[in-house]
Amino acid sequence: MSAAVQTGAPLDVARLRQDFPILSQRINGRPLVYLDNGASSQRPRAVIDAEVRYAEQLHANVHRGVHTLSQRATDAFEAARERVRRFINARSIREIVFTRGTTESINLVANSFARPRLRAGDEILITWLEHHANIVPWQMACAATGAVLKVVPIDRRGEIDLDAYRALLSDRTRLVATAHVSNALGTVLPVREIVALAHQRGVPVLLDGAQAVPHFALDMQALDCDFYAFSGHKLYGPDGIGVLYGRERLLEAMPPWQGGGDMILAVSFAGTTYNQLPFKFEAGTPHISGAVGLAAALDYVDGIGLDAIAAWERELLDYASQQLAAIEGLTIVGTARDKASLVSFVVDGVHPHDIGTILDQQGIAIRTGHHCAMPAIEYFGLPATARASFAFYNTREEIDKLVEAVTAARDMFR
Amino acid sequence: MDLKDLYRDVILDHNKRPRNFGRLEPPAHPARGHNPLCGDQLTVYALLAGEVLSDVRFDGSGCAISVASASLMTEAVKGRSRAEVENLYLAIHDLLTRADAPCPAELGKLAALGGVREFPARVKCASLCWHTLHAALEGAAAPVSTE
Repeated sequence: MSAAVQTGAPLDVARLRQDFPILSQRINGRPLVYLDNGASSQRPRAVIDAEVRYAEQLHANVHRGVHTLSQRATDAFEAARERVRRFINARSIREIVFTRGTTESINLVANSFARPRLRAGDEILITWLEHHANIVPWQMACAATGAVLKVVPIDRRGEIDLDAYRALLSDRTRLVATAHVSNALGTVLPVREIVALAHQRGVPVLLDGAQAVPHFALDMQALDCDFYAFSGHKLYGPDGIGVLYGRERLLEAMPPWQGGGDMILAVSFAGTTYNQLPFKFEAGTPHISGAVGLAAALDYVDGIGLDAIAAWERELLDYASQQLAAIEGLTIVGTARDKASLVSFVVDGVHPHDIGTILDQQGIAIRTGHHCAMPAIEYFGLPATARASFAFYNTREEIDKLVEAVTAARDMFR
Repeated sequence: MDLKDLYRDVILDHNKRPRNFGRLEPPAHPARGHNPLCGDQLTVYALLAGEVLSDVRFDGSGCAISVASASLMTEAVKGRSRAEVENLYLAIHDLLTRADAPCPAELGKLAALGGVREFPARVKCASLCWHTLHAALEGAAAPVSTE
């Protein structure tokens, strides 16, 4: 999503909110104001119903049984895969691997793609903005192989330094792994430039899209990245289900990661023939109902339209940024020119945890801490921030409540 | 649950003006406490004279509950024997976690932490300093025990 403001038909937010049963409850005696969507978003009735319908009418194991239910479950599961393919415009369902989530998707690539290729002195390039899920797997791969982890620096706005990136790309770089959107600061990274520069040197690129998929439309063929990882539970879908998109040519050449059922064609004690893509990477019974729920979430999101979602979230971001910045003593952390709809902030004299508790008493849910991105937060000399992250079902009135509660927290500690 | 029960005036005061804040040089023994979830970091310095905690200080950063708890702790334990500190630790543990905990008179100002147990997510903020003091005392006592 660029900084350009879109002017489509505005969302009927009040009506959309009614699709989310959880939003109508009270927390600590106040109407819930859910501003922790970056950690996990809520599920619409359509997703809940799809999971229930699957459990009530369709469930059996997939890819195994000759019986009717097994075939129905398989059809539902594979229809979900096709739904994901269409959502991100991948070329083929062979490029869509179901995982437990973004973290597992990245670990799959670290184990199956990176480790077998890495030699001592090779380099993996990440950025200072990464979530721990896009740091630790590479550290583990480096520790096992003698490869070196290189980190692209950021500036005070929380933007990455593209010149430094260019300079860090070397003949030893074997993979670039970077966030599409920073979960701690909201920065939208210039992924097209990142991919193009890497590809000029023949280096493949993995994008951690956990924070991007809920906010803007994706097109794998246009983006041209080699791997893309995301989770269902940040996309209005179930937890425990995620996706690894991988370029077919690369996935084809990668060995399986986990062994077991479903990932084989034939097993004997002399040896095993692995199944074709994408099943080669899906050992064991998958999270079938999760995939079905995820497909329902994608239907729901497409029904609203990601352009309309992006436009409304842009309004929320601009409004929240203005209103929060006007609070004396409050500093917004992460002021990139291109941001997704979240605001990290600190308040003079009030620790983020105290803000979190005080807001919770008003029914307002935000995240406080280092957001599993310690290097990014420590870059600003901070141990923690408070983070409000918005979804399309949030309202300006909710931001007013946030601002009022943060102001009250500040005053309490004066 | 009432916020004023968590953030009592004593807590707010000790957060704003922490007592015994700073370092102690050796032979005082330092121990670091870290709450990785929140990023709270405390160092507690304990100086033992025989069995008595003759001086204690702390530094670091954390939320109001963790800073105030550490500040109140240093006031409460200074000049006490290790056994007395241990008893206080147990009493505080009860105060922070048990709904029916008595509030013995020897807790004194520490009783201000009584509201914390209504906020389960914050119990670890209040207890961090006590665990850290415990580690510092173990460290401070270790050389003695080997003599």
